[in-house]
Amino acid sequence: MASFNIPEEYYYTKDHEWAQVDENVVTVGITEFAQDSLGEVVYVELPEEGQKVTQGEPFGVVESVKAVSDLIAPVSGTVIEVNASMVENPGTLNDDPMNDGWLIRIEMDTEKELANLMRAPDYKKLIKV
Amino acid sequence: MNLQSTPLKQEHIALGAKMVDFAGWYMPVQYSGLREEHLACRQKVGLFDVSHMGEIRVRGPQALATVEWLTTNFAGRLENGQAQYSLLPNSDGGLVDDLIVYCLEKGSDYLLCVNASNVEKDFEWILKNNRGAEIINESSDWGQIAVQGPRALQLVRRVCGQEVETIPPFEFRSLPYGDAKVLVARTGYTGEDGVEIFVPTNLCVELWRHLMSEGQDLEVTPVGLGARDTLRTEMKYPLYGHEIDATTNPYAAGLGWVVKPDKKDFIGRSRILADKEAGLRRKLIGFKVRDRAIARQGYKLFSFDNKEIGLVTSGTPSPSLNENIGIAYVDKDFAAIGQHFHVDIRGRRIEVEVVSTPFVKRDKN
Repeated sequence: MASFNIPEEYYYTKDHEWAQVDENVVTVGITEFAQDSLGEVVYVELPEEGQKVTQGEPFGVVESVKAVSDLIAPVSGTVIEVNASMVENPGTLNDDPMNDGWLIRIEMDTEKELANLMRAPDYKKLIKV
Repeated sequence: MNLQSTPLKQEHIALGAKMVDFAGWYMPVQYSGLREEHLACRQKVGLFDVSHMGEIRVRGPQALATVEWLTTNFAGRLENGQAQYSLLPNSDGGLVDDLIVYCLEKGSDYLLCVNASNVEKDFEWILKNNRGAEIINESSDWGQIAVQGPRALQLVRRVCGQEVETIPPFEFRSLPYGDAKVLVARTGYTGEDGVEIFVPTNLCVELWRHLMSEGQDLEVTPVGLGARDTLRTEMKYPLYGHEIDATTNPYAAGLGWVVKPDKKDFIGRSRILADKEAGLRRKLIGFKVRDRAIARQGYKLFSFDNKEIGLVTSGTPSPSLNENIGIAYVDKDFAAIGQHFHVDIRGRRIEVEVVSTPFVKRDKN
């Protein structure tokens, strides 16, 4: 079984996004488990800066050769930064999903929504590692 | 439902394959990576476990009459050791499956190789429409390993002997292997030169390991179902459930070359011809996408003036071309090479162009 980097200080969705919270700014990506399940990522569709996103709703799309998956927003808020290089180099999502492969930064509406997300121990249970 | 496994399951796991449920089978979808495996098959040699494919034996004095009635191609043409691509038509002008017919003994013994997802359905259909032959489902008796790529014959001769290189395309030979025999067929589903080896189940692991070890210096690469699909899509080979199904007229699918109504009668013959005479509205074409997004099965095609004109049957990035390609049924007025129209990708209209196929042409040396 592959071993996945699942930082303790991050939050996680059941759809395998990670969320790193820095005051009211949340950086979002997909987990190593997600990239491993997807296989080679060939296409990433991301929102524009300034766009509103809603917790639990799709904010973009990631495609591997075999599958299309929605990217789900971990919190509600406004997109303040987009990692545009992912559109040009979607393979970064496979190589480094936890760092260079970050997708968007969201200015979150309310910290209260974080309570709906998982912490590392629960996420590990979800993916059975 | 319990997943079925091929004799090579442990080999795949040991090779680090990602295993998935495919048509009720526990199969490797990829090993090192889809793209790498795809290119290894195009440039060197790939090894595929296709033991999930079904084998149905048709024997006895009525074997040929039964095969002719069941299939669209002219099986009577086949001599011992010859094979042909063919179709199993239904009574309504559509298709039960596509298959390869192997002639073991002219007139009296044929092996039909059918899709894994259709084995039970095909077997029942064949029993129901039997014209007096002995019909045996031998699927669990046979493993099957495909060896495909420019170095395939070089590898297989080391394992199965020199005679391999003398087998003409779409012919096969029964060759000794260990204390048994294997059927080595010069057929495949990748567009590359190579063979498909039918091997008794109990020798399957031994043959796989033998091919893997003998092929080290040729850089033999195990290839999963993911790359098997991208390889066949680059050739525009049909896949049941995508390009063909119970409603497909074979002429619309571009498969008229394996329909021989002037040679014989077969199930659904008059209906297939009547539909053809009435004029087929749709045609199967290959297209390229002018975008990074992939046009997948079920996505709709629209003319520039927004009329719905067709449906995508398969879509994928092409590892050989580094472009996104697809196969679709489109209204015949839009089927000419060079035609442009739109595909709807999740609400976005993206331009596509009809191109000649196969998408990838094999070098003829």
